[in-house]
Parts: sequence; structure tokens; C-alpha cells
Amino acid sequence: MSANERELARRLVAEIAHLAQQERFRFMEVCGGHTHTIYRYGIPSLLPANVEFVHGPGCPVCVIPMGRVDDAIALATEEAITLCCFGDLLRVPGGRGSLMEARAEGADVRIVYSPLDALALAEREPERQVVFLAVGFETTAPATALTVLRAAARRIANFSVLCNHVTIEEPLRALLGAPGVALDGLIGPGHVAVVTGAAAFGFIPAEFSLPIVVSGFEPNDLLESVAMLLRQHRFGQCLAENQYRRAVSDAGNLAAQAVIAKVFTRRERFAWRGLGEIERSAYGLREEFSRFDAEVRYGVPGVSVPDPRACRCGEVLRGARKPWQCGVFGTACTPERPIGTCMVSSEGACAAYYHYGRLGDSGLQPARVR
Amino acid sequence: MSGLGGSEEEILVRISAHRSAPARLSDRRITMAHGAGGRASAALVEALFLRELANPQLAGLDDAAPVPGADNLVMTTDAFVVRPLRFPGGGIGELAVHGTVNDLAACGARPLALSAAFILEEGLATAELAEQVGAMAAAARRCGVSIIAGDTKVVERGRAEGCYVITTGIGRVELAGLSPAGLKVGDALLCSAPIAAHGIAVLTARHELAIDAPIVSDTRPLWPLVEPLLDLTGSIHALRDATRGGVATVLNELAVHSSVEAVVDEVALPVAEAVRGACELLGIEPVYVANEGVLIAAVAGGVADEVLARWRETPAGAGAARIGEVERRLAPGRVLVDTEIGGRRILDTLVGDPLPRIC
Repeated sequence: MSANERELARRLVAEIAHLAQQERFRFMEVCGGHTHTIYRYGIPSLLPANVEFVHGPGCPVCVIPMGRVDDAIALATEEAITLCCFGDLLRVPGGRGSLMEARAEGADVRIVYSPLDALALAEREPERQVVFLAVGFETTAPATALTVLRAAARRIANFSVLCNHVTIEEPLRALLGAPGVALDGLIGPGHVAVVTGAAAFGFIPAEFSLPIVVSGFEPNDLLESVAMLLRQHRFGQCLAENQYRRAVSDAGNLAAQAVIAKVFTRRERFAWRGLGEIERSAYGLREEFSRFDAEVRYGVPGVSVPDPRACRCGEVLRGARKPWQCGVFGTACTPERPIGTCMVSSEGACAAYYHYGRLGDSGLQPARVR
Repeated sequence: MSGLGGSEEEILVRISAHRSAPARLSDRRITMAHGAGGRASAALVEALFLRELANPQLAGLDDAAPVPGADNLVMTTDAFVVRPLRFPGGGIGELAVHGTVNDLAACGARPLALSAAFILEEGLATAELAEQVGAMAAAARRCGVSIIAGDTKVVERGRAEGCYVITTGIGRVELAGLSPAGLKVGDALLCSAPIAAHGIAVLTARHELAIDAPIVSDTRPLWPLVEPLLDLTGSIHALRDATRGGVATVLNELAVHSSVEAVVDEVALPVAEAVRGACELLGIEPVYVANEGVLIAAVAGGVADEVLARWRETPAGAGAARIGEVERRLAPGRVLVDTEIGGRRILDTLVGDPLPRIC
């Protein structure tokens, strides 16, 4: 980070303090990537105590229900199957342990960095049945869709996808429509908006009377987005604004939207971790691609496992509770032995707070402005 | 909020008590997390090895331990399972020598002798083995140490990955008074070289990542950084070789053992541009990436500039920097970092991660 950027940060921090004055503001950052940046850079220690971040539901690993993890483990335990997934899924607890534990028991689970890596593996090892455990919002869905199209074009028979792709609009509607939501604005998910376009978030001011600013992921992006939300409040506005113009257009990435539409169809409903069933909130593979659909191919058990009672992930994901306000936080539930999903991914609110945020008041005083 | 147990401060105190409680090993099987150098590794070492093999030397959990009945001799051992066997900047041969002599150096000891054991997989190319043994010999010569004992085992194909090497080293302590419990308020924290190069070099050498950057492992002996400090005995409080778990894990170990609070300045942490870029792409923080040629020192504030000046005259220490301070004792055992934008946060130890084996 350059000296200029540090100077910009200093100016934004001063502007935020000036705009916020003594009034209390609660802004929800929807995306887990923002949660990570906020804690990673110690942003709460720079802002006045009356400007508060509320963590939202936009961490793809956090919203995976336990039953889906059990489904994945059931597949991975099959003799012929190699299950491929991103590294941060390994520790996600299901009802019967995690994929990391399943691997220690002998399941063939491999870490990949993209769905194309999984497809390449299927081509390299034709005697294995390769299943890609797909997770993520509109951000990662296009890559999975392209991989399915490539598998179809190359007629690869030993590759399939266990699809858990979800959408952002439906859970936001469910969350903002629920009683008792006390928010003053939203920081919109920049990566999702690259695909969907900034205009896709117009329903938030229109229907829920809340301002939203689609934000980038650098610390200064977040500081600027907070300042933009506060300016709207000061000027009595309620708009969907776009701070992340260098990457996000109004209409979004049309090619990515097209490939999503070509490969996926909306599921009637999907069970979200902590949020319950939400209608039309997830993607499944279209029928013409069912030969690449692991659910169809293997008759995945589709077990439904209730969230553990001790864990408050649902309330954390809805912004109703801070991570440390969960009874098991940091003692029974830690990043190494997580009970809840929010403690697993580096984008999860609990993991971010645990790794970076355990400062309390003692840490807030001496932060130096450079 | 609700009756779940009090204020944020109270919860934080409860969590730190929980973290400092003796580690329990409750996993039914060994997972990769037990080898990653984080809390799971600590649980395995403390709850199994340390308990079963209990003795005063081992209990120190230092990089090397005093040999009972021998004045000033320390001993250490290390196993190397890196894949691939060769990577930019070195191979398992150099690593097996440097890793062990560096554990000695971190205890202020000049290396005297090494042993080496090889576990070879059926089918390993003889030329590949010869190349690595040649690299070992050259590295040992540069370190002024002989490999005076060895053993070889061959296992069936598939029961090992090419070649594993285990080295044991004996050294003579020439810089006394070092202890991971020796940090004092007012100490400066120094870092001898840009961090994270080794871990990223090995990762890129696997070609599993779409990263093509000229990043070279920093594998090198660290004794040349210790030798110039021999006249500063008493002012050098602790040295640590920042291997697995990275600089963050080392700093946490020192803070915990010494019951002090350390504050690191993120802007001052030396990281090469290409390494920083690769880390950002991978979503890894450089402070958690393994090094094979980075020494972390806690020294009395008054000698910090002198140590840095002497280090910078050596090739291994040309990029040395002062990265933080031991400031106060608000929360003993805690490491904080002042981030690039001036925010302050916790710098935690590495938690068991899915990164592949790199040493």
C-alpha cells in the first residue's frame, strides 16, 4: 500500500467521524470477503464506536447446511469416487464429521483451486469418478457452469457436480423482510455485483427503504463505502450506489449471466445454514445436463440435519448476534474444531473475529493513524 | 445482550484462559492439521509426545535441547518430506542440512556434526537421489559441518513419495542466554530477511497453481547471522528460525513463553513484491507462510540498530528489518499488528491449514 493510499485512509477515517457525529449507525456488509477485510485491516479500531459493522449472510462456506456436507461425505466414501473441493470446505462440520476427517478415514478427497482442475483430474484419471463439490454465489457459479459445458463438449463421462450454488437476492429479501431488523444501510457484495450488475440491488432502497453501496475489497474501498452511506444519511437520500465502478457495471457481466442461465435452473427451495429454507434461492443443473449432476447420478441421500442447538450461526448470519455473543464462541467452537460454519471459512464472521478481532476495548485505544 | 455470559471483555478473558489451558488431543485419527504447525500440532506434541517422553530437556520445546551430561552441547532433529524434491532455489538436500543447522543456530549454537537417514521409495531415479545427496554435501561444506552417521531404508512403491530425509544435528552453544521466555518490555523485534519466499516457491514449483512468478526459496544457513552477534551476549534475548507456521506463529510462541505483549508494524514487514502478489492470489497471509532462511530476533532496544547493521553486511541479512516492539503487558501472550492503514488487530498463530507439505 502506497503512502498516498495511507493518506487517503486517514482522510476517509476523519470524514466518517465527522459525518457520523454521535448518532448510532449499523451497516451490514453482505459479503464475507468484506467481513474479512474489515477485521484483517483492523478497521473497527479506526472508526468511531457509534459506527458499527453488522456481518451478513454472504459467506458461501457459512451457508452450507450440515446435510449437504453429509451428502458430500457419503459420496466421497464411495470406493470409485474422488471428491474435489476448495480447501476451506474441508473443515466444515456436517452431522457426521468433516471432509477432513473422512479423508483421514480413507475417503479420496482432493483440494482444487478451480472447477477446471477437477475436470482435468477426471481426464487424467479416467478410472475414477470425479465429483466437484460446487459452492458459492453468482461469483463462482459461472466457472462451474463453464466447466459443465466443457465436460459436455468433450464428452467426459466420469465427471459430475454436487451443486450448492446460491443466489444473493433471495436471502437478502428474507433477512430484510424479517421482523426486528435494525439496519441503517448495506455494503453491497462487489464480486457478486461484477456478475449481476449494480442495478440488481435497486430493490433494497425501493422495497426496504435502505441505502446500499456496492463496494470493492480494498480497505479504502470499504472506508469510502461507509462514507458514502453516511453522506446519503446526511443528505436525506436512499439510493443504490456503486463505489466499485472499476469492476462493476450497472448491467453486470452478460456473458456470465448467459452461461448461468444456460446450465442452471432455480431450485424450488434450498435449505440455508441458520436461515432455514428459502424459495428459489439456489441453482441446480438443468435437465439436459443431468448426466453431470451428482445428485441425479448417485441418488445422493439428501439428508436434512438440524443445525446444532448450541451454535448461533443463524443469528450471526442474520446480523442479530455478534460472534462473541454465541455461547460456544472461542471455547467449544474454534477454527480448528468448529461447531458452526461461520468459524470455518476465513470469510466467516466468527473466524474473522476470532483470528483478528479479539481485542476488546484494550485494543481500540492506541491505534495509530499514520 | 442475552444471558450468555457477559461483556465482550469477559468473553475474551474466558477465551484466552481456554487457549492457554493444556492442549487436549481428542481426534480419533491423525489429520493433516496435526502436521501444519498450528494449534493441532501443538496438541499432538504436548498431549502425546511431551507427556509420554517427559524429561526436562524436551520440556523446553526449544528449537534444540541441551545434551545431558555434556557442557554447552545442544541437539536437534528434523524430518523433510517436501514435494517436489527440487524447487526453485534448492531441493530436499539443501533443506535437510539447513533446516537442522538453523535449529542449532537459533539456540546460539555453531553446528558440529550431522547425521542423515533416508527413506527411499522403490523406483526413485538414482540420478535424482545422487543430485540431492550432492546438494547435501555442498550445503554441509558451506556450513562447515560433516555428516558423520547415516541410515538408509527402501520401502515399496507407493509407501513413500520418492525420498524422505531425517537429519539430526549437534552444536556447541557460543551465544548464551537465549530463551524463548527471554523477551522483555522494550525489546525490539527484528526479521533477518524478506518473508514467505520458501513456501510460495515450493507451491509454485508444483504447477498446481496458475502462478508463474520468479520466486526462489530462501533456504540458507542462519549461523552467519548469529556469529556476528557473539559479543552482544546478554542483549540478544531470543532467536527463532521462522519455518513452519511462519513469522506469526514464531512471534506468538515467543510472546506466550515470555508472558509479554508484542506489537508488529505491518508496513515494516519485509515481503518481496512477487511473493506478496502470489500470497494475495492464494488468499494466504505472508506471515503464515514457511521460511527456510529467516531469523526472528528479540533484542534489547539499545542494540537493535547495531544488530541490524551487522546483519545487513551479510548476504543472509541484507534485507533485515525492525518489525515490532515488545511494548507492554496489557494482555500477556498476545501479538498485535498495526495494519497498513493504521488499524490494529490480533496477529494469531496459524490454525491447521490445508496447504501442502513444504519442508
